[in-house]
Amino acid sequence: MPDRGLASSTAAVSPPQSDPVIELRGVEKHYQMGPTLVKALRRIDLKIFPGDYISILGPSGCGKSTMLNILGCLDQPSIGDYFLDGVDVSELPDDELSQVRGKKLGFIFQSYNLIQQLSVVENIEVPLYYQGMPEKESREIAAELAKKVGLGERLDHRPTELSGGQQQRVAIARALSNDPSVILADEATGNLDSKSGSDILEIFDELNEDGKTLIMITHDEGMADRTPRVIRLKDGEIAFDTYRDPPQ
Amino acid sequence: MNLSAIRELSLFRLKRAITLGIKSLWMHKLRSFLTALGIVFGVASVIAMLAIGEGASYEAQQQIKDLGSQNIILESVKPTNTTTAGEQERSLILEYGLTYRDIAQIQATVPGVEVTIPSRKVKDFLWNVSNSVDGVALGTVSWFPTMKNRELVRGRFFTEMEMKGRSPVCVLTESLARNLFPLDEPIGQTVRMKNSYFRVVGVIEDDSAIAAAAESELEGGGDSSEGMEMMIPISTLEDHFGEVLFKYRSGSFEAEKVEFHEVTARIEQPEQVMPAALAIQHILETNHDEVDYKMTVPLDLLQRAERTKQIFNIVLGSIAAISLLVGGIGIMNIMLATVTERTREIGIRRALGAKKKDIVFQFLIETVILSGAGGLLGVGVGIAIPLAVTHFADMVTVIQFWAPTIAFTISVMIGILFGIYPAVRAADMNPVEALRHE
Ligand SMILES: Nc1ncnc2c1ncn2[C@@H]1O[C@H](COP(=O)(O)OP(=O)(O)OP(=O)(O)O)[C@@H](O)[C@H]1O
Ligand SMILES: [Mg+2]
Repeated sequence: MPDRGLASSTAAVSPPQSDPVIELRGVEKHYQMGPTLVKALRRIDLKIFPGDYISILGPSGCGKSTMLNILGCLDQPSIGDYFLDGVDVSELPDDELSQVRGKKLGFIFQSYNLIQQLSVVENIEVPLYYQGMPEKESREIAAELAKKVGLGERLDHRPTELSGGQQQRVAIARALSNDPSVILADEATGNLDSKSGSDILEIFDELNEDGKTLIMITHDEGMADRTPRVIRLKDGEIAFDTYRDPPQ
Repeated sequence: MNLSAIRELSLFRLKRAITLGIKSLWMHKLRSFLTALGIVFGVASVIAMLAIGEGASYEAQQQIKDLGSQNIILESVKPTNTTTAGEQERSLILEYGLTYRDIAQIQATVPGVEVTIPSRKVKDFLWNVSNSVDGVALGTVSWFPTMKNRELVRGRFFTEMEMKGRSPVCVLTESLARNLFPLDEPIGQTVRMKNSYFRVVGVIEDDSAIAAAAESELEGGGDSSEGMEMMIPISTLEDHFGEVLFKYRSGSFEAEKVEFHEVTARIEQPEQVMPAALAIQHILETNHDEVDYKMTVPLDLLQRAERTKQIFNIVLGSIAAISLLVGGIGIMNIMLATVTERTREIGIRRALGAKKKDIVFQFLIETVILSGAGGLLGVGVGIAIPLAVTHFADMVTVIQFWAPTIAFTISVMIGILFGIYPAVRAADMNPVEALRHE
């Protein structure tokens, strides 16, 4: 791996020939902690293209989650612009941000974040429910996705009746249910043993082969080797961003 | 999108939101049940207290209404201050009560007096051949049933012609008819009092106040002649029994002269009743040295009863409001705890596309389900209590149809009122922080 950690934040990436699905321009995120201003993100310029499969790495506290939250429209930048599918979402009102999250983004969290009182199939349906899809349709889609992640037999189980790996697969199915433009995963395998973890990563690989755009935060250097593109953050800045060649 | 499609969509959302709410509440069955209990008791106590109160005043009001709200009832009362005078007058004729003069003056001078219904009583045994009952011959006028709201059960009342002709006809009260003629049809039969015979032409229903009193003290002593009335024309009574009544009691004779035992004055317009009562009071005070009469104004009693009921309702309303308020605060308290406990769920939902108003709606629905279910249960308990009271304590209770409806509506409104704050708090949480919540 050449140049590791030395590329500047403005390092050019070799873009595929299409419009970016995500573009960050001069994004910063500041937190006021008493008298001091914490700059969690600084001068972030980033383009992500359809079909990208990206690992984000970096030491704890370097701003990975902060960046992913902004990419996921859960949070808004303090400074800078964020274009998602060509639309500036950095200053959208709350309701429209919800709309964007529900329509274009899929989330996978470290701690699965399933809703305990809902069954597997109902959890997968949640994003569709907020899109106003009738239950009959959404139930069909959810059952289909559950089958795809290998849980076709467990539609009516509660999250507490599933293993961690199974729960994470439900979460993946849920992230896919609204057919999002981008899937965001924050340490999706962080709570799993290596076997379940690599199962999850295999699903990610398949999804990317199907043309999905995936961005995942990871602490595992080994995993970075799986993805064609790697971004390293350091102290809130992009220290390294490149495509491995040849792409897998 | 047209309007009906939107309505359909929101209806389907409502249905799913309710299902979801029930699922979430079901996760903590005991907690949900205990929370709803506050509303259950609030609503139940409102309905039960209303029904019992309404029943009590209904009975009283019914009796007053039966007396006739446009009537003023005057009764002769034996004066009480006869302790010393009684010694001397033991063998003399005791004269007291309402007189022809009183009635003539009332009819002539009091505005609004339509008719009067005088009556005189003679107490003695009533005979059907060898069957006898301790009863009363009540001399009155032919318009007695209409003015007194008393229905004829069989036959007819005596007519004005019979009254003028001083005919020996009589109408029996139901209880008397039952006692004198337990097996036969009374109409056409003959009843004897002293040496006079009267032909039965009809049977009239019992006085409701007496009937109620008899029912409430089933085995109570009381006067056995109460309600055992034989009604005859007042002229006939005079012909047969004279003006002076003799009674043999505890070893000595008592002679009484009472011109009228009871006179009911019927007033034309309801608003004339109270002034007429004052005028009559004035006439009687001037004509009588001692108070040997009693005046009852049903309208006055009715108004008083209604005022009492109003006060009762206000007290009841306050108790109900407080208990529902307490129930509502209980719900709000639990919902606030629930919102904190489910912070992460809120974060997840927001990340998956829920708008603030979706979250508000979700928690509001849950509170309304809680309070609505509590309200329904409360309606059930609230209806059961008065039924049980009627069954076991033998008291009249009246459940008015609006009481459960209103109580339930209020419980739902309490849910909305006390659910808004927790729901808005849930929706206002920052999604990132909510997702980080442990
Ligand atoms: N809400 C906040 N208020 C104040 N400071 C914050 C807040 N969120 C994040 N930070 C700060 O921003 C910096 C970046 O945090 P972030 O969670 O993005 O790190 P990370 O790279 O995801 O770390 P980890 O690998 O441990 O998850 C940290 O210094 C953190 O203290
Ligand atoms: Mg993190």
